Amino acid sequence: MTEGAVEAEVGRARLRKEDARLLTGQTNWTDNIQAAGMLHLAILRSPMAHARLERVDVSPARELPGVVAAFTGSDLAEGMGSLPCAWPVTEDMVHPDHPPLAVDEVRHAGDPVAVVVARDRYAAADALEAVEVEYEPLPAVLDLEAALAEDAPLVHADKGTNRCYDWPLRAGEDYAAVRERAEVVLKRRYHQQRLIANAMEPRAVVVTPLAASGEYTVYSATQIPHILRVMLAMVTGIPEHKLRVVAPDVGGGFGSKLQVYGEEAIALAVARRLGRPVKWTESRSEGYLATHHGRGMIQDVEIAADRDGRLRGLKVDLLADMGAYLMLVTPGVPILGAFMYPAIYKMDSYEFRCTGVFTTRTPTDAYRGAGRPEATYAIERIMDELAAELGMDPVELRRRNWIRHEEFPYDSIAGLTYDSGNYEAATDKALALFGYDELREEQRKRDERGDTVRLGIGVSTYTEMCGLAPSRVLRDLRYAAGGWEAASIRMLPTGKVEVVTGTSPHGQGHVTSWSQIAADVLGVPFEDVEVVHGDTRAAPQGMDTYGSRSLVVGGAAVHHAARKVVDKARKVAAHLLEASERDLEFTGGVFSVKGSPEARKTIQEVAFEAFTSHDLPDGMEPTINAGHVLDPENFSYPHGTHLCAVEVDTETGMTRIRSYVCVDDVGRVVNPMIVEGQVHGGLAQGIAQALYEEAVYDDDGNLLSGTMADYLVPSAVDLPDFVTDRTETPAESNPLGVKGVGEAGTIASTPAVVGAVVDALRPLGVTDVPMPCTPERVWRAIHGEEDPA
Amino acid sequence: MTRISVKVDGTTYEDEVEPRLLLVHHLRDRLGLTGTPVGCDTSNCGACTVDLDGVSVKSCSVLAVQADGCAVTTVQGLSTDGEWTGLQKAFHERHALQCGYCTPGMLMAARDLLKENPRPTADEVRHALEGNLCRCTGYQNIVRAVLAAASDEEVRT
Repeated sequence: MTEGAVEAEVGRARLRKEDARLLTGQTNWTDNIQAAGMLHLAILRSPMAHARLERVDVSPARELPGVVAAFTGSDLAEGMGSLPCAWPVTEDMVHPDHPPLAVDEVRHAGDPVAVVVARDRYAAADALEAVEVEYEPLPAVLDLEAALAEDAPLVHADKGTNRCYDWPLRAGEDYAAVRERAEVVLKRRYHQQRLIANAMEPRAVVVTPLAASGEYTVYSATQIPHILRVMLAMVTGIPEHKLRVVAPDVGGGFGSKLQVYGEEAIALAVARRLGRPVKWTESRSEGYLATHHGRGMIQDVEIAADRDGRLRGLKVDLLADMGAYLMLVTPGVPILGAFMYPAIYKMDSYEFRCTGVFTTRTPTDAYRGAGRPEATYAIERIMDELAAELGMDPVELRRRNWIRHEEFPYDSIAGLTYDSGNYEAATDKALALFGYDELREEQRKRDERGDTVRLGIGVSTYTEMCGLAPSRVLRDLRYAAGGWEAASIRMLPTGKVEVVTGTSPHGQGHVTSWSQIAADVLGVPFEDVEVVHGDTRAAPQGMDTYGSRSLVVGGAAVHHAARKVVDKARKVAAHLLEASERDLEFTGGVFSVKGSPEARKTIQEVAFEAFTSHDLPDGMEPTINAGHVLDPENFSYPHGTHLCAVEVDTETGMTRIRSYVCVDDVGRVVNPMIVEGQVHGGLAQGIAQALYEEAVYDDDGNLLSGTMADYLVPSAVDLPDFVTDRTETPAESNPLGVKGVGEAGTIASTPAVVGAVVDALRPLGVTDVPMPCTPERVWRAIHGEEDPA
Repeated sequence: MTRISVKVDGTTYEDEVEPRLLLVHHLRDRLGLTGTPVGCDTSNCGACTVDLDGVSVKSCSVLAVQADGCAVTTVQGLSTDGEWTGLQKAFHERHALQCGYCTPGMLMAARDLLKENPRPTADEVRHALEGNLCRCTGYQNIVRAVLAAASDEEVRT
């Protein structure tokens, strides 16, 4: 090892350690797992949105060759609790039971009714056909407003209401008074359509039991092996220490695998009952019904301002579609958004209320951004409306209202402390890259000559709260768990390093980034670090991966743990070099005595000394391994400016993205290549909400967009090249200065794209196009026709 | 049951299969070749793309019996003696994968494109990969990777 100039790992575009296996097919997806004697589960699902189960008879299925067992909800009810909701957002929230397998009633198309167990997946699929079910139809509940009426049919009759909760937030001056004084008041209604996450790997679960000792290993395509272990212990009554949960290779999640699913509990129950390993893998179409959806809200937004553009107040009323049941964080998703409607803007008053509503649809829950994309969409869209009303450039309106960089740290009106940011810098950079003035000029010229293909420009100056989260804040929000993250570092005798993390990556590249963080602090080669994750036995403590938290909390925990290792190693090195700790320098993995550089010990040598423990300082515990559990003091607040230019063909309604520029400030960057990749993927999903995707139900509650052939996941031809850049204002809340990047692109892009579409059409009298802005909807908006949906 | 003989990545396998067995399930469940994943049930996603006698197919849309007497190349058969193909290297170097679930299909579809069209434009790459969905990357780095592999004189596929 050379001393002196050591290239820092953090900040380098290291190629990923994860890739080798993925590029050669040496993968370990849950569905790949085979075990001796393994049986396959298939689940019969309700074809109806709402019905009483008059009769479920699985006995004909049991007669079929290859079928080992079949169970109804009643058969499995013993020892099976309700699926958990960890976020009762109010004290009086209505919280219905959620049996993993329906017992008397089904409440959405896809609600599980029976499970069959067979020798292979084909025999299991055949057996589903033999199950006999009589359904007594009940009314579907689909319209969020109608569902709240006095005489509305009920999703959960025993609860007497479809209203799940009311959650208010009031901040600053009295809104009514502010509104009264304001010179301009605008009110808009926006619809957040339901979305389906479409992680490319469908969900799957394998359970291998060890009957003699009552131990179970659950392999699941999950983002949250640690939370899942706790929750499955609670649901099934199997003692937690007898459960091991493994998230093997997981092919994307985007929130959809941040869940405790009925199928996980069912597979565990069946494996327990039969004493045999079992596997369940969803088909894509099955997943569309059974994997939770995202978004699903009606947003009534009112903004009050002065004629010079200064914001005075904001009022938000949400109706949030819970779907049929409350899943892990269903009620909390809109609440995560509650704090973000004021965004980067200063105002005198903010009033928010969210009403959660039960419907007979697949439950909603977290989807990339979870509450914050919805908030960002609403505020950025109504800012555009205000700019149009005032005859002001939308960027200028934002500039007049945003928090200036010298005002940080800034206490937002919603009660958050934004630690750092520089909206001016990001916006100026984005405008220059985009060629904003030139595009506005072109837009004016095309408008003048009556071009039927119109140019539109959209802007989004977003921020978000991520890095979930300070545990005390979570307590105040009535979330049932903490927000800490754990890391530990094992210095192996041969000088190699194992980093054990509680985060659970599924595409984010934690193995690579965590190696960079550890290598820097320890002064060891990047290649000498391995990262262990996703197995409650190997990485026993963790809070898993969601909410752009992994780097901010988990990566920072790795940094802290590595610092502790160095502190311990310093004691050993000082002892061996017969020097005082104060006189030691540590650079590039080498301890040396100041002034006598020949007196040196590498951290690898120290690791070996700790292994033999032949000559440690008196009283020292014989290890330099260390762990750290980090509870963050604050959220982190990435921000940035996204600009989108679209061309809208007024004759066909077709929208084409002509250019997309984003400048994101995600703080300090560990691996710029990975960060750029995260931004690209986030943009793709945000653009998909704007232009392509929607989970559509008919009036009976059937999911019409029920297959991948009916739900438009964009392909390479549907998306443009993106121009991405960054500004770097370090976060103050963690030693790495990082802010998180997983959700930024999704949060920012949707309003930029829809804003651009509306901007293109505004001279034609259009003020809104409902999402997704399909050619039909654009055409209807141009022609003043009401949207039939 | 039907007796079939399929050569996969250089090895010939003889098996008795149900006529309805999909090729992808034959590969995964019978032969244990799990490098080829399944991403949908409507042949939209392309994750299961393999090469069947020189033709790119979605192995969820081919019956195992249809592959009788054929040679199949999967992602597991791309590299030789541990040496990656140009496409595999380019995907690595251009960060063209995140979760990696679509990657086997992307590699196989891109390989098929470069056989047909060794010097594609970015637009041609996007159209050639239209039947392969990726949820992580936004496609930009996949397109870059395929273009980079195409411009590499030494190993084009």
